[in-house]
Amino acid sequence: MTQDAIRFSDAGQTFRTDSGPLTALSGVDLSIARHEFVAVLGPSGCGKSTLLRMTAGLIKPTEGTVSVFGLPVTEPRDDIGIVFQQATLLPWANVEDNVVFPARHKRGRVSQKDREHARAIIATCGLAGFEKRLPGELSGGMQQRVGIARALFLNPDILLMDEPFSALDALTRDAMGFELLRLWQASPKTVLFITHSIPEAVILADRVVVMSERPGRVIANLKVPLSRPRNESSLRSSEMQDFMGHLRGLLIKEKVA
Amino acid sequence: MSAEADISITEQTDKPKKATHVTPPEPFMEKLIRMPVVLPLLTFVLILVVWEAGTRLFAVPSYILPAPSRIMGGFEVVSLSRWIEHVWSTLRVALMGFLLAIIISLPIAVGLAKSRFLSRSLYPLLVVIQSVPVVAVAPIIIVVLGTDDAPRVVITFMITFFPLVVSMTTGLMATPPELIELSRSLRAPVWREISQIRLPYATPYIFSGLKISITLSVIGAVVAEFVAAEKGIGYFIQFSTSMFKLPQAWAGLVVLLVMSLVLFQAVSLTQKILFPWSLPKERK
Repeated sequence: MTQDAIRFSDAGQTFRTDSGPLTALSGVDLSIARHEFVAVLGPSGCGKSTLLRMTAGLIKPTEGTVSVFGLPVTEPRDDIGIVFQQATLLPWANVEDNVVFPARHKRGRVSQKDREHARAIIATCGLAGFEKRLPGELSGGMQQRVGIARALFLNPDILLMDEPFSALDALTRDAMGFELLRLWQASPKTVLFITHSIPEAVILADRVVVMSERPGRVIANLKVPLSRPRNESSLRSSEMQDFMGHLRGLLIKEKVA
Repeated sequence: MSAEADISITEQTDKPKKATHVTPPEPFMEKLIRMPVVLPLLTFVLILVVWEAGTRLFAVPSYILPAPSRIMGGFEVVSLSRWIEHVWSTLRVALMGFLLAIIISLPIAVGLAKSRFLSRSLYPLLVVIQSVPVVAVAPIIIVVLGTDDAPRVVITFMITFFPLVVSMTTGLMATPPELIELSRSLRAPVWREISQIRLPYATPYIFSGLKISITLSVIGAVVAEFVAAEKGIGYFIQFSTSMFKLPQAWAGLVVLLVMSLVLFQAVSLTQKILFPWSLPKERK
């Protein structure tokens, strides 16, 4: 049997706040296979980001465990890359310097090999020719490409994406989704993709996990009935419309309840 | 910006294209008035003219308000080498106090930004220190530290360092939390989080603090000279007024003003040249 890349066992997270304890997540059971693309769908404030941060080892679960490749996560790992909602690039550093930043930050120096590696990733992410540009000179979509390139720099096996395209306009957002699929197919990775967009989740993922309102629980875990490769017309079939309708129903019921 | 035009081929289809019609050339006078220096300069000259005419017309005695021409005369009373000596004395103290403030406020700011304990225990103390009127403490400091540069530098430091601590701390805390998470996810040492992420991010804040502090440093140096000095512009102004040589004192004031402006511009220029990305985006 193949080992799970990520596994949540009865995982939960309760934050201590000034107004008392706040349970963000409770009793989450979920496993993600290696090289699987899983989208987590849920209303805002349902602890989706907490799920991601627990996987990254940035916060520890207050109940249950989160394991990556069979080992409980106790601290951040090298084989995990994170893409945030905002690209959060260093505004003073050009594209190339932003992409090699993990090396500079982790090891304190950047080798010629690092730079070559960075330039290769930059090219793969469709940013060739923009190496010396500052983030302020790039569009939002291109900035997020740099964010993805930075996350890919250490060649992680797992890519955690926290609503990475939600700050982009609709057209750019769709284009970036297909761009991500292209990257993922060229170099398979385990992807945990947080989103609140149903079409985005469905077009990208192998599996869609639907979360409840706070405290977040998994209320549905569905395989996307759609073959790859996918394109703009993939979602037009009545089967996909029904599937998305079903997801919408789950989310709306959750919202009303 | 030329960069915008280059990028527009990729994704920026929604950006409006530049207007193609050519605006007719502006009349020369309007163009002149639109230049940033011209209007303030004209106003300044006008004020000088009114000032000069007013003091002559109403025969205002020079100890109340000397005419600009009399102030110019005040410059000639003292030799150039003596002026340079005064200026250097004040400038030296101001700059040393300013540098001392930077050196000391940086670790304090890092401590305040990184540690809740320090920000709770140290910050109130800093506010108390800041609330002490430096002018009142200055004579005490002079007695304690003697009459050379040291007490004057300390007085300047006391006036300049608080805005620096506040702006640096604010800047160090202004880093996007995601970048701190990125740093933690890379398991980088804390000092690298500070040097590679927090400090550069604080640059715009640090420079607004530096701009306030550099002008305060001149004030600090002058205050110190008022208390005890035998050189410096502050001393010169005090000496001149005690001798009732008001045009001379006004000349000293003009020198101080120029010194402050030059120092302020030097800080602005440093930011513009070394950290152009930290400037607010130009408004069109």
